[in-house]
Amino acid sequence: MTTDKTPSEGHVDDAGRLGAGADPDVWEVFRQEKDGEPMRHAGNVRAPDRELATHYAREFYSRRNESVRLWVVPRTEISDLADPDLLQPPLDRSFKRPGGYVMRDKLDAAKKRAAESAE
Amino acid sequence: MTDPLSLAPILSPDDRPTPLFADPDLTHEQRYDAFVEHVHGGQKVEARDWMPDEYRTSVLRFVEMHANSELMGVLPEREWIMRAPTLKRKLALTAKVQDECGHAQLLYRVAEDLGKTREQMYQDLLDGKTKFHNVFHYPTKSWGDVGIIAWLVDAAAIVAQQALRDSSYGPYARTMKKICWEESVHIMHGRDVVVTMMNGSQAQRDMAQEALDRWWGPLMQMHGPRTDPAKDRDLFWRIKEKTGEQLRQEFLSTYVPRLWEVGLYPPDKELKLDEASGEWRYTEPDWQELRTVVTGHGPKSQERLDFRRLHHDQTAWVRQTILATPAPA
Repeated sequence: MTTDKTPSEGHVDDAGRLGAGADPDVWEVFRQEKDGEPMRHAGNVRAPDRELATHYAREFYSRRNESVRLWVVPRTEISDLADPDLLQPPLDRSFKRPGGYVMRDKLDAAKKRAAESAE
Repeated sequence: MTDPLSLAPILSPDDRPTPLFADPDLTHEQRYDAFVEHVHGGQKVEARDWMPDEYRTSVLRFVEMHANSELMGVLPEREWIMRAPTLKRKLALTAKVQDECGHAQLLYRVAEDLGKTREQMYQDLLDGKTKFHNVFHYPTKSWGDVGIIAWLVDAAAIVAQQALRDSSYGPYARTMKKICWEESVHIMHGRDVVVTMMNGSQAQRDMAQEALDRWWGPLMQMHGPRTDPAKDRDLFWRIKEKTGEQLRQEFLSTYVPRLWEVGLYPPDKELKLDEASGEWRYTEPDWQELRTVVTGHGPKSQERLDFRRLHHDQTAWVRQTILATPAPA
C-alpha cells in the first residue's frame, strides 16, 4: 500500500498555498543568469531563517558568478495552481493561437476571384 | 470565425493532461499500473505527485547513496589541500571540495522531500547503515592520486551522472544538470594535474603511473558487476537509464585512449577494444573486494567515518545555536 508521506514537501491547502504542512525551513531559489533574462527556478535550500537561506542560495547558485540576481522565497508562501480543469480545459482553443487560422485555400480562392473580377 | 461546434469538449478524459495515477478514485493497482506506464513513457515524477512506495523508496535509496558519496568523497581530497604544490592548485582543489560538499547538500535536499530527514540520513551514514561509493574508502598516497581521482574517478562518476539527467524523478534530474556542469570542471582540473605531471620529470611520470595502478582496480569495480537489466529495479523505475556495464564501457571508450596518448597504461594486460563487437575486454574486477569495501571494511572506511563523526560532534553546537528558537524578548 501507499502511504502519503509528505513531511517536507507539504501539500496544497484550500487557499492554494503550495507548502501547507511543509517543512517551514525550505526556501525555493530562483536565479537570473544575465540582465534581462527571466528568473528561473534553480532549486531549493533548507535554512532556519532568511539570512542563512540567502547565504546558502548564494553559495549554491552563484559561487561561480553564474547569476546576477537571486530570489529566495519560503516554499510555504508559494501558491500552486496545477488544476487541469483551469489550466488545460478540454476545449478547442485553437482560435486563440495563430496556428488556429488556416486560410491557405480560402486565400487562394480570394486571390483567384479578385484576379478574375479585375479582368 | 472558429466553428462554434469546436468549442464543445473534444478531448476524452484519457487524453487530458492529468496523469491517470493522480486520480484518487482509482484503486491502488490501477494507479500503480498507470504510474508504471507514466514513467515508462518517459514522463517525469515530481516531489508532490502520488507515487508507489516502491518508487519512493528506490529513488530515496539511490539519491541518499549519491549524497553520502559526495559528502564522504571530499575526505580523501581534503588531505591534500595543505600539501597542494602551488597556490593555483590549492585554490582549485579547495573549490572542488566545496563543490562536492555543495552537491551533497543539494542531493540531501532532494532526498528530504521524499520523506527522510537530513539528520536521519547523517545518522545512518555515521552508523554504517547506509553506503557510499567504493572509491572513497581508499587512502591517497601522493599528489598523483589527487590528479587520478579528480580526472578518472570524476569521469567514471560523470558517465553515470550524465545518464541521470534523464531520470524519471524530476527534482533529481534537474539537480544532476547542475552537478554535471560543475563536475566537468573537476575533470579538466584532474586531467590538467595529470598531464602536467606527464610533462615533468621521470619521477613525476612514475608517480602518475603508480597512482593509476593503485586506482585502476577500484575504478573498474565502481559501476558494479554485470547485472540482469530485467531485474534491476532502478532501471525499471527509470531512476537511472543505463546498466553498470554500459557505463563502464562508456568510461573505457572515452578515457583509455586519453590515458594511452599521454603515456599512461592501465595495469591490465587483458584490456583491449574488441573491434568486432565494439566492446572493451578486461580482466574481471575483484567483486569480493568491492563488497568488502562498500560494507565498511575498506582500508580507510572506519577512519573516514570516525573523522566525519568527530566533526559531526564538534559542530553540534553550531547547529544547536542556529536552530535554537530565540527566547521571547
